[in-house]
Amino acid sequence: MQQNDGMTLIVKTVTRISVWMILLYGIYIIFHGHLSPGGGFAGGVIIALALLNVLLAFGRKFTSEWLNISFLHDLESASATLFLVIGILGISLGGAFLANFMNKGELFALLSAGTILTLNIFIGIKVGMSLFLVVWVLAGSKIVKGE
Amino acid sequence: MPVEYWLIFILIVMIIASIAALEMKDILSSIVAIGVVGLGVSLSFLFLQAPDLAIVQFLFEIFALIILVKAFLGKDYHIEEPSRINKILAGVTVITLAAIFIFSVSVFELLPPFGEPLMTTSQYYLENGAKDTGAANLVSSIILDYRAYDTLGEITVLFTAILGAFTILRIKSKSKKDKTELSHAAK
Repeated sequence: MQQNDGMTLIVKTVTRISVWMILLYGIYIIFHGHLSPGGGFAGGVIIALALLNVLLAFGRKFTSEWLNISFLHDLESASATLFLVIGILGISLGGAFLANFMNKGELFALLSAGTILTLNIFIGIKVGMSLFLVVWVLAGSKIVKGE
Repeated sequence: MPVEYWLIFILIVMIIASIAALEMKDILSSIVAIGVVGLGVSLSFLFLQAPDLAIVQFLFEIFALIILVKAFLGKDYHIEEPSRINKILAGVTVITLAAIFIFSVSVFELLPPFGEPLMTTSQYYLENGAKDTGAANLVSSIILDYRAYDTLGEITVLFTAILGAFTILRIKSKSKKDKTELSHAAK
């Protein structure tokens, strides 16, 4: 898997155009999680699939140059920590762990629902990075026959 | 056509696909058959009016398909013929499960109809969800406000999974490198 660098030119060209649309759709799903079906979990999986698309089409070497893998790792850990930070802020500002202490805003507005939007964004980052990194690690490991 | 007939149709397709996945000799066809089962689950969620679940199920089905194809294609594997004792045990298990199912059919008649009665908690969520949280999507308001602890648990599970994968595979590759270095030194 490590030696070959991706698929044919057709797949590479299509991926070069489509990956940004897939990423944008994932971000849309995350940001509208409190208004329409979807949310952080589904949007995160879409982002992970967009990055996987690049990994499958262009190969491992190109992806490791295009993306900073250790930065993705940091992003993944940081989003989990920030989720907890918001939970603890809820204790001091709202009176309970993970309380909705922010301004609720108008119903059906994009910037509404207080902490739900913020938590959705953190979950999206967390899920997207985790799922991509799991496949990244699994694809990098080689199975030696006869062991 | 009422929803129940569609659900029964999807269920039959799923059962056929799972039997096909077990019986097929070609590994790629087997993986595709498993994908059909997941697609059926996703469609049935859509018919039961749970679009949030349907989206997540559909996406995870694609994700699982990629992982399965990447994990199994091109690797050598062999099919083990089940031994005689295993065949007898499987037969006994199937007969026992069928007997339990037939005897418990009368229990299904005692169950309340689908979606009724509305529980007190869900009644509260339906009436006060939008007012309490300001979110138009009630599912979001439940998983991230009323039941945010659940989501915290899910995140912990994901965190542990990635931690375990990184730890185990890193140790493996390191020991492999040591082994090759040792063999080079021995030469």
